[in-house]
Amino acid sequence: MNLEYSAEENAFREEVRGFLAEKLPARTAEKVRLGKRLTKQDMEAWHAALNARGWLAPNWPRQWGGAEWTAVQNHIFDEESWAANAPRVIPFGVTMLGPVLIRFGSEAQRRHYLPRILNGTDWWCQGYSEPGAGSDLASLKTRAERRGDRYVVNGQKTWTTLGHYADWIFCLVRTSTEGKPQEGISFLLIDMKSPGVSVRPIILIDGEHEVNEVFFDNVEVPVDNLVGEENKGWTYAKYLLTHERTGTANIGNSAAALAQLKAIAARTMKGGRPLACDPFFAARLARVEIDLEAMKITNLRMLVEADAGAAPGPESSMLKIKGTVIRQEINDLARRALGPLALPFVSEALDEGYNEAPIGPDYANAIASDYFNNRKLSIFAGSNEIQRGIIAKTKLGF
Amino acid sequence: MDFRLTDDQRMLAETLERFLRDNYPLDKRHAISASDSGYSAEMWARFAELGIVGALFGEAVGGFGGTGTDLVVVFQALGRALVVEPFLPTVLAGSLVAELGTGEQRAMLADVIAGKRLLALAHAEADSRYDLERVAANARRDDGGWRISGAKSVVLGGGGADTLIVSARTGGDVADKDGISLFLVDPAAAGVAIRAYGTVDGYRAAEIAFDAARGQPLGSTGAAYPAIEAAHARAIVAVCAECLGAMEAARDITVEYMHTRQQFGVAIGKFQALQHRMADVLIEIEQLRSAVIAAAAQLGAGRDRREKFVSAAKNLAGRAGRQTAEEAIQIHGGMGMTWEYPVGHYAKRIVMIDHLFGDTDHHLERFIGLG
Ligand SMILES: Cc1cc2nc3c(=O)[nH]c(=O)nc-3n(C[C@H](O)[C@H](O)[C@H](O)COP(=O)(O)OP(=O)(O)OC[C@H]3O[C@@H](n4cnc5c(N)ncnc54)[C@H](O)[C@@H]3O)c2cc1C
Repeated sequence: MNLEYSAEENAFREEVRGFLAEKLPARTAEKVRLGKRLTKQDMEAWHAALNARGWLAPNWPRQWGGAEWTAVQNHIFDEESWAANAPRVIPFGVTMLGPVLIRFGSEAQRRHYLPRILNGTDWWCQGYSEPGAGSDLASLKTRAERRGDRYVVNGQKTWTTLGHYADWIFCLVRTSTEGKPQEGISFLLIDMKSPGVSVRPIILIDGEHEVNEVFFDNVEVPVDNLVGEENKGWTYAKYLLTHERTGTANIGNSAAALAQLKAIAARTMKGGRPLACDPFFAARLARVEIDLEAMKITNLRMLVEADAGAAPGPESSMLKIKGTVIRQEINDLARRALGPLALPFVSEALDEGYNEAPIGPDYANAIASDYFNNRKLSIFAGSNEIQRGIIAKTKLGF
Repeated sequence: MDFRLTDDQRMLAETLERFLRDNYPLDKRHAISASDSGYSAEMWARFAELGIVGALFGEAVGGFGGTGTDLVVVFQALGRALVVEPFLPTVLAGSLVAELGTGEQRAMLADVIAGKRLLALAHAEADSRYDLERVAANARRDDGGWRISGAKSVVLGGGGADTLIVSARTGGDVADKDGISLFLVDPAAAGVAIRAYGTVDGYRAAEIAFDAARGQPLGSTGAAYPAIEAAHARAIVAVCAECLGAMEAARDITVEYMHTRQQFGVAIGKFQALQHRMADVLIEIEQLRSAVIAAAAQLGAGRDRREKFVSAAKNLAGRAGRQTAEEAIQIHGGMGMTWEYPVGHYAKRIVMIDHLFGDTDHHLERFIGLG
């Protein structure tokens, strides 16, 4: 056992810090710190900065512009990025579609799409969920009918994150109704500008436009846009789920949020002394810190094993459940810490250029709405109930 | 023992529930909440007409109720409909006028009960958090009157009030119970600066700065603390009942959804993992109901006894509320996260009630302190 970082790993951390200090725009970091809205341009600019350094898709093979980082490197980058208030990398092209194309796509698809993901030409979104197919994803109904060299797609996707920014959507579509539902699903790439595609916003409980409904009305898609084989889409989607574990545990995000929470607790006064000294609050804070510290090790243990080639199992389910519970607990403590000042909410203050003085401390405005927004963490990417089911089945043998 | 409501209280509940069902759908509530003032003057007038505002006050000041149970009946129904009109500020500030006012001052309650005058209590400050005795604002004598200076924070209904009741120190140290006085202040008076805003759950509050603003004393100088605490006890009972109503609504919506939403070929209510969690929510709601009834019954008791029951109810509301709100969203999946669907709005109100008049930890500490 050796839980210390190696000299190379420490050097890598310094390199990441140097990069963030130099390339992360202060204006963007400030928005992230205060929970303000990022524009599409903010996100694209950050992708471009990472890409220029060769770090946008660090887990892709070098051949395709990746960096082939180890699990520990990923962890370090994640931790440092969140600590510096860097925007998150939009995962749909980089961490979701890219690996699927690299493993299952045609050579032509790889050559065409991968560089465009890296250089920001194409913004991708994920079209899996449907109104009737959430947890039971395999029951999806959006149909793709083959007619000559095209598919004709009809149906609806929903909860499509940032679909309003997207140029392309990768979809699971039904190409067959025979056999098990999983066996009739294909993985199709659809240009959002195709005639018959329409996008409608869904406003979330924090009032934000983050997700969308996407409708397909006789949308023609060239058969070249099929990934892999027809009716094998489920296998590719599952590959994606089990192989993309970095980040599922939200470690870097939780660590940064915990650091912010501690700063808030040190500044907030309760009964004439800092809230951090209040035994009730301190106990809550300590509990979540203990959980997070253990989780950091759990995360690294599982990622390092996976690096060493251990078969992917229910580990990602464990990381997902505990990681999201911890993140949500930190959200809960942050709103508690603010006391009555968690109540005021000025939506316009989340936009750049808002010049009025904040109500209470500058970081307060988005804290309660973030608590509500992050309830999504235990719902999406396979709800925590579904993940518990996976553990019960694969680990406990029920 | 008798847990039944009186006939009058049952009628009050039925009248209000029917009125809200017919006149206060959630989309209308959202529109009212998003309007400039954040409440509907028309609705307020109709609530007053129905005697709902009067039900918050005792007969001595021209009301038709005013007991703890009356507050519970009204606020539970308000919680079920997520009513945004300023009932809570009315209870807080109105109780103080009823308790401390001179005959002339109490006369304003007739206007309040008629829906013609709104009151708000400007008491808490940015550094007071939930401590009622922590008051830094001060008042000093000035040619026969009083001048108030200081800053009040998250004043519920502070932007729409016709009369503000402002606490300020006339003696003692910042955290002393002695030396706190109350004043009636005209919000339009010189030296009053109001910044009104919406809260994350759709209600209204304000930051109010006083710079040598003129005020008229309410009650005797330096001795307002016991009345402030008692008014907060009433407001806490009210808001716990509101929380209970909102939790019942969230539960009903969620159970209904569990019966209708199909995944894997069955209603999601068939999954035992979800059933058990809603069963726990149901138990917690009954626990809160009991704590609220008990606290309401103790509003007239001696200070320590009253406060212990009040803190117990608020602590329980914070715990059970969080559980109910989080389960309600979770069990809805993505639907629970949307603005369009009602359950998220209930969840927001339930959770943010923990931030009014002391959260679950504040009242735990208080409960322990009360012995
Ligand atoms: C903010 C947000 C962003 C999203 N972004 C995307 C996106 O970009 N692309 C995309 O395709 N999808 C996206 N999703 C959709 C997400 O993946 C689904 O919401 C999720 O799969 C749950 O599906 P559902 O919402 O239909 O809930 P349901 O499947 O209806 O579930 C309702 C409840 O039942 C529970 N449940 C279901 N089955 C079982 C069972 N067998 N046992 C026990 N409990 C069960 C669930 O855990 C949940 O609590 C997003 C969702 C959200 C909220």
